[in-house]
Amino acid sequence: MRTKDLIKSSFSILKTHTLRSFLTVLGIVIGVMTIISILSLIEGMNSSVEKQIQSLGSNTIFVQKYQWGQGRMDIQQLMRRKDITIEDAWAIAKLPSVDKVAPQRSSEIASLDYLGRTAKYVEVTGSTPDLQYIANWTVEQGRFFNQEDYLRRQSVCVIGGYIVDNLFPNEEPIGKYLNIIGKRFLIIGVLGRKGSFLGQTQDNVIIMPLSTFEKTFPKPTGYNAVFRSLSIQVLPKSGKVLEQTIDQIRELMRRRHGLSYDKPDDFGINTQESLRQIYKNITNIAYIVMIGVAAISLIVGGIGIMNIMLVAVSERTKEIGLRKAVGANNRDILYQFLFEAVMLSIIGGLIGVILGLSIAKIVSTVSPLPAAAPLWTVLLGISFSAAVGIFFGIYPANRAAQLNPIDALRYE
Amino acid sequence: MLIRTENLTKVYKLGAVVVSALRGVSVEIDKGEYVAITGPSGSGKSTFMHLLGCLDTPSSGKYFFQGKDVTGLSDIELSRLRNRSIGFVFQTFNLLPRLTVLQNVELPLIYAKIDSRTRIKKTEAMLEKVGLRHRKMHRPNELSGGEMQRVAIARALINNPEVVFADEPTGNLDSQTGKEIMSLFNELAQEGNTIILVTHDPNIARYARRQLKMLDGKIEEIREN
Repeated sequence: MRTKDLIKSSFSILKTHTLRSFLTVLGIVIGVMTIISILSLIEGMNSSVEKQIQSLGSNTIFVQKYQWGQGRMDIQQLMRRKDITIEDAWAIAKLPSVDKVAPQRSSEIASLDYLGRTAKYVEVTGSTPDLQYIANWTVEQGRFFNQEDYLRRQSVCVIGGYIVDNLFPNEEPIGKYLNIIGKRFLIIGVLGRKGSFLGQTQDNVIIMPLSTFEKTFPKPTGYNAVFRSLSIQVLPKSGKVLEQTIDQIRELMRRRHGLSYDKPDDFGINTQESLRQIYKNITNIAYIVMIGVAAISLIVGGIGIMNIMLVAVSERTKEIGLRKAVGANNRDILYQFLFEAVMLSIIGGLIGVILGLSIAKIVSTVSPLPAAAPLWTVLLGISFSAAVGIFFGIYPANRAAQLNPIDALRYE
Repeated sequence: MLIRTENLTKVYKLGAVVVSALRGVSVEIDKGEYVAITGPSGSGKSTFMHLLGCLDTPSSGKYFFQGKDVTGLSDIELSRLRNRSIGFVFQTFNLLPRLTVLQNVELPLIYAKIDSRTRIKKTEAMLEKVGLRHRKMHRPNELSGGEMQRVAIARALINNPEVVFADEPTGNLDSQTGKEIMSLFNELAQEGNTIILVTHDPNIARYARRQLKMLDGKIEEIREN
């Protein structure tokens, strides 16, 4: 039998059993839909998150009170840890492999008003002038604060683009004064935009000299004593191996904290890699859920297909006998039934791909989660369903092929 | 010599019971013959026809088709033989209900891997011959019994087989239609086709030129008409 005739014959059969065929492939539809929707959401997130992680500065090291992505942490124990200090920062700066350091503290203010306009949940950061280079901030207008502003504890600040949008939609922000928790700050610069991270803007920020910040914002307490405490951003010298710099910092910090060799670190050294690890942990869970749901529905779908094909073989036993009588060989019959099973499951797969892409599209429209559907996810969905069709279709098809012509012809 | 069998037997095992359907049948049938295999039900005539038609394999004995022993052939070779050299006409017509008349008749050509244009040309010519060209797009359930059997005959002849087997071809037809079908077989025989007719009805067997009367799995009598 020629392939063209095989396809034509399979289609005509599926057309005569439209409802039955559709119900049969429902499992495959759900399985492939799950794969495609979750994969395209993860794919979409991957590219956007990777871009954001890289925007942190590819080899910036964060020295903090806690390690990122450690899962459940004993907050009481973290609170008992020694604070990271500005002195630690200057000591780290003297390490041979370190280029620049920027100690920083930040705080969130729920609402910032300017002439009747409001910006909400503004992240206020105090740091040193080098932060600009370490954190890859550009200055769009005016200037970043300098060493003199820092030493003189000047009440100056630079603001992010999101603040400009909210407070200064129609006017020049430079030279204006902002009232931040009761103190007046002169705006001396506007930062270039960084865009959003996981759907949250990074431009809703105000940055000021750390010295000014310390005298404006009280020392954090409670949870904030851990998560809003002083941290140090470190930029290693170019050409230095990141791990080597991390080791030097760890050794220095342990010495400064007086830890004996058998005690664990009481501080955290975080990098882009730590963030990537956290992100991986999250997406791994999504992958496991997806694989579970998809595997179950593909197996259920496959069994459905096997079942319906066994029904088809017994319904059409006489037809098989007749086809053999007029010249079909075992392989012709095998291919005929196998092809029907694969066609069924591929149609299910195609419906699943369409539904999965639609779900991803809807999710990315109504939520900040981005979605991307690379061609390989679509091919994966279709080849998965084809594989299910072959795997679960081979047994019924083989049963049909092995029928003795005369027994099949006489079957009632 | 088209068909020659030597001591052909067929034994069925139904659980513990062993049934000998054929007990050593030796016949010779020439090309162009019109032969009827007759006998009461259970005489083994259908079993014999299935063996001759390569739908089943004998338990022992030899079967030469066109001088070639076919008892040891593979599935591929046997199906090729059924496709190119043998045509079947059944009592119950055995048309595929899903397919049109045209598609039913062209089925053997599909398994002969013939391209669709040639198939349609050949099929239409064959339908013309059995007088059903105007019904080509109909489905079997829209045809009368006589018409269905004509479609089945067209399907049996479509690949120009060496031999056509007809198993009680008039069994499901009224006597008038049965006569028409038998005169169609007569015509085919006169054109030189080899026809082997299986029937229990002496009136039908009379159409053939030679009768092989079977009883209890053996040929009891050979009679020339």
